[in-house]
Amino acid sequence: MSRILRYVSQRLLLTLPMLFILLTVVFLILRVLPGDPVSAMLGGRNVSQEVMESYRVKLGFDKPLLTQYVDYLGGIVRGDFGNSLRTGRPVLYELFIRFPATIELALWGMLVAVLLGFTSGVIAATRADRPLDHAIRVFHISSFAMPLFWLGLMLQIIFCVKLGWFPVAGRIGGRLAFSFHSITGFYVLDAILRWDGKALLDILRHLVLPAFTLGIALTGLQGRMTRASMLENLNQDYVTTARSKGVPERLVVLQHTLRNALIPIITVFGLQFAVLMGGAVLTETIFSWPGIASYLVRAIEARDYPSIQGAVVFIALFISAVNLFVDVFYSVIDPRVRY
Amino acid sequence: MDKLENLMEVRSLKKYFPVQEKLFSSRHRSVKAVDGIDLDIQNGETLGLVGESGCGKTTAGRAILRLVKPTAGEVRFRSTRLAPGGTQEVDVVKASRAQMKILRREMQIIFQDPYSSLNPRMTVGAILAEPLAVHRLLARKDRRRRVEQVLSAVGLRPEHMRRYPHEFSGGQRQRIGIARALILNPRLIICDEPVSALDVSIQAQVLNLLEDLQKDLELTYLFIAHDLSVVKHISKRVAVMYLGKVVELAPTEELFVRPRHPYTEALISAVPVPDPDFHTERILLEGDVPSPIDPPPGCPFHPRCRYAREICREELPPLREVSPQHFTACHLADKLQLQPIDAGAPEGAIATSREQRRGK
Amino acid sequence: MPNREEPQREGSRSPSKLDTVRRSPLSIIFLRLVKWTSRGRVALQGQTILKIGLVIVIAFVLMTVIANKFPLITGYHPTLYRDAPRLQPPSLHHWMGTDHLQRDVFSRILAGGYASLIVAFSAVALSMAAGSILGWISGFVGGWLDRVLSLAMDAIYSFPSMILAIVLVAMFGSGIAPMIWAVAFVYIPTYFRVTRAEVLQVRETTYVEAIRAVGASSARIIVRHVAPNTVNAIMAVSSFNLADAILTVAALSFLGFGLPPPAPDWGFDIQNGQKFLQSGAWWLITFPGLMIIILSLGFGLIGEGISDLVNPRRRRKRKRL
Repeated sequence: MSRILRYVSQRLLLTLPMLFILLTVVFLILRVLPGDPVSAMLGGRNVSQEVMESYRVKLGFDKPLLTQYVDYLGGIVRGDFGNSLRTGRPVLYELFIRFPATIELALWGMLVAVLLGFTSGVIAATRADRPLDHAIRVFHISSFAMPLFWLGLMLQIIFCVKLGWFPVAGRIGGRLAFSFHSITGFYVLDAILRWDGKALLDILRHLVLPAFTLGIALTGLQGRMTRASMLENLNQDYVTTARSKGVPERLVVLQHTLRNALIPIITVFGLQFAVLMGGAVLTETIFSWPGIASYLVRAIEARDYPSIQGAVVFIALFISAVNLFVDVFYSVIDPRVRY
Repeated sequence: MDKLENLMEVRSLKKYFPVQEKLFSSRHRSVKAVDGIDLDIQNGETLGLVGESGCGKTTAGRAILRLVKPTAGEVRFRSTRLAPGGTQEVDVVKASRAQMKILRREMQIIFQDPYSSLNPRMTVGAILAEPLAVHRLLARKDRRRRVEQVLSAVGLRPEHMRRYPHEFSGGQRQRIGIARALILNPRLIICDEPVSALDVSIQAQVLNLLEDLQKDLELTYLFIAHDLSVVKHISKRVAVMYLGKVVELAPTEELFVRPRHPYTEALISAVPVPDPDFHTERILLEGDVPSPIDPPPGCPFHPRCRYAREICREELPPLREVSPQHFTACHLADKLQLQPIDAGAPEGAIATSREQRRGK
Repeated sequence: MPNREEPQREGSRSPSKLDTVRRSPLSIIFLRLVKWTSRGRVALQGQTILKIGLVIVIAFVLMTVIANKFPLITGYHPTLYRDAPRLQPPSLHHWMGTDHLQRDVFSRILAGGYASLIVAFSAVALSMAAGSILGWISGFVGGWLDRVLSLAMDAIYSFPSMILAIVLVAMFGSGIAPMIWAVAFVYIPTYFRVTRAEVLQVRETTYVEAIRAVGASSARIIVRHVAPNTVNAIMAVSSFNLADAILTVAALSFLGFGLPPPAPDWGFDIQNGQKFLQSGAWWLITFPGLMIIILSLGFGLIGEGISDLVNPRRRRKRKRL
C-alpha cells in the first residue's frame, strides 16, 4: 500500500509541470494568439475607443503581458477566477453550481458507451470476419462519422416530437423543478436521497436522450478499441493454451481474455473523457442542459471574457485530475506497472 | 604487408549505458555493457567473439565502429586511406568527424537480422549504391557497374538490383547485407552474428561465402557469435566474453582442446559433435547471468562456476597468458583439468568436421 | 545514319528497353505517370473500402464545386430563390422540402459542403505540415526541446478538441479563415505524436544504423530514411483527421461560428432547422446531417483502407521475425 502511495505522490509531482504547461498554453491561446482579445471580443460591434479602453483596463489587459501571466496564475492558485460580466457573480461560483450537471451527464454517457461499445466490441471480436462482425464494425465507423448535434436533434424529433416519450430539454420537469431542492447537485442521487420516486422518474426521463447522444460519441471509439484489443489477446498463446486445456469458449473469453483486453482501454480513459467533455458542449446546447459546457458556449456568445477563461481553466484542471486518477487506478489493476 | 601485423588494437574499451532512474533520485547507476576489454585483431585473420546474449559482445562491436560512443578506452586502427601509400595508426574513439568518415570506408559491419537491416522502401540497387553516394565515389554509371560487381561477388544476379528487400529470402537478404558492407572496399568487417537468424541449411552457404570473400579480398573479420559451434569453423582465434569482460582468448583449436576457463568449458560442452560414439558430459550452467548494473564482486563468473573457491568471490582475476598465445582470466587456471571438446581424438575431430563442411 | 542506329543497338543489348532508350523530358514525365498510376492501381486492387471512400469523397468534391459554380443546376438558386411554399416536406418539386425562408433545401444541400471541405482540407494540410515538421525535429534532436514540446503537445492533446476549437474560433472571430486556423491548431499534436513516435522507432532500426556505419549525415538519414517511413502513418492519420475535421467544422457552423447567414452550409442549416423542430420539420435537419455523415464516412473509409494497406505488411513482417 505504501508503494502505491509513493507512486501516487510521484505521479502528482509529475502532474504539476504538465498542469503548468497546460495552463500556460491556455493563457497563450486566450491572450497572445489573436493579438488583442478585446477587439476580438468587441469586434463587429459599434463601440467607441473609450469603451474598448475601459474594458481593457477592467480585465487588466493594459498591464504588461508578464504581469498578466503572473496575475492569471495567482488567480488560479487563489481560486479567484474573476466575476462574470453577465451576471456579476464570481465565475468560480457559476462553474460550481453547473459542474454536477455536466458530471452527471458525462457519467451516464460513459455508461451508455461502455454498455454499447464494450459489449459490441467483444461480440465483434469473438465473431471476427463473420457477418455480425462486419455489421458491428459498420456501426462503429458510422458512430464516428455521426455529428453529435444531429443525432441529438433526430432523437428529439422521433422521441419527443413524434412519439412524445421523453422531454426535449432540461434536467427536470417544469412543475417539479419548483418543489425539488437539490442537495448534491447530482439530481439522480438527490432524488434517491430524498426518496422521491416521482422526481426520480422524471429526472431519468430527462436523462435518457442526452446520455444516449453523448454516449454514442464514444461508442465507436470504445468498440473499435475493444475489438482490436480482444482480437490481439485471443490470438495469444496463453489463450490457445486455455483452449487446448478444454476451457469452454465462453470462459476463455470472459475469464482469460477480457481482463487483459481491458487494460489498454482503461489507459486511454482520460482521452475518452476529453472526448466526452467535447461532446458535452453540443449535447448540453441541444438539450438545454445547465452544465459548464453550455455555460462556456453562452459565455462566448455574450463575449464574457472572464467566464470563458474561467471555464477553460476549470475544464483543464478537471481533465488533469481525471488523467491523474486514471493513471493511479491503472497502476492498481495492472500488475506490470513498475512503481 | 606483414600478415601478422595487428590491424586493430582494442585497449580497455568500456561502454556504460546510464540507467533511467526515478525522477528525483541522486544515485546514478549504469549498465556496464562492455567493461574494459583488450583485443588484438591481426591482419587477415578471423577473430571470433563469443558469449551469451547480454554479455556485451554486440555492444563491443558497435563501440569499436563508434556506432555507440565508447565511454573510455582506445581502438587503434591501422588505416591505409588516411595515409596513402603507407599506414597510419588512428584512435577510432578520438578520431575527428572527417577522419571518421574516411575510416568508415575501411571498417564495415554485417548485421544479425537480415530483415530489419535493409530499408523496406528502397530497391536493392539503391541500398547498395547509397554508401557510394554518401562518400561521393564514382560517377552515376560506374556506381551501377560497381553494384552489379558486388552483387555477383555475393552470388546474386545483377537484375536483382531492381527488386525490393521483401522479395528475397533470408539468406539472400543476408547476402545483400554482405554486399553493402563490401561496396566501399573495407579491410575490416565486423560480422555481428551474421548467420544466427538464418535457417541451419543456409548458414553453411553464408559462412562459405564469407570465407571465400575473405580469401579473395584480403578481409579481416571480427566474428561475433553466441555459441562456439559457428565460430569453430571460421575463426583463427577465439575470444570468450562474459558480463562485459573477455575471460579467455586463444587460437581456436587450442581453445577447444585445452580450455582454461570454466565458462569456456561449459560453452564447449554445448557444441554438437557429429560423432555417434562421442559422449561428453553436458555442463548446464545454473542460475542467470548477473545484472551488468551490479556485477558480482570478484570473478564475474563465480556465482555460476562449479569450481568457485573463496578467492573467486573476492578478487577479480586478470586476463593473463597461461601458455603462448593463450590468455585466460581464472584464478584456478593452472589447477583445473577442464573437459575439452573431444577426449578421444582431439585435433582430428575439428579438422574433419571442417573438411566435411568445405567439401559439401 | 549511324547515329540513328545506335540507340537501337543499345536497346537490344539491354534487358529492359525503358532504361536505356534516350529520354526526353516529356517521356520521363510520361513514364513516371504510367508508373505512378499503375502503382496506384495495384494498391487499389481488392481494396473495396478504400475505393468506396475515394468515390464518396471525389463525388462530394465534384458536387460541391459544380453546385457553387452553377447555382442554378437544380433549377433553384440556393440563396436567391425564395418563392417556394414555406416549410413544406419533400415533394416532387422540392425533393428535400423547403425551409422557413421559402428556399429549396435540396439546392442548398448540394452547395452546403463548401465551407466544410475548404476548412477541412486546408486545416488538415496546415496541421500536417506543422505537426510533422515539429515531430521530426523533436524526435531527432531530442533533449530538452523534445521534452518541452512533447509536454506542450500532450497538454493540448489531452484537452477536449471540440472545446479548444470553439474557444479558438471565438478568439479569432468567425468565418472561413478563423475556422481553418482553429481546426489546424487543434490537430497539430496528432501529427506531432505520430511522426515523433515513428521517428524514434525508425531511428533505432538496424538499417539506419547500417547507413550510419557507412558515414551518412543526420540530414541524409532524416530525408532519405526517416521521413519516407513516416508517410504511411501520416496518410492514414490524415484521412481519419479529415473525417473528424468535417464533424468539427459542422459543429462550429452549427454553433454559429461559420459562414454568415445567407450562404448555404450544412451545420448552420441544421441550427436553423432546430427552430422548427417542434413543428416537426424533420427534413430541415435530416438531409444536411446525412450529407455530413456520408462525407465524414467517406474520409473514414479511406483512412480505414489505408490502414489496411499498411498493416498487413507489418503483420507479415512481425511473423517472420
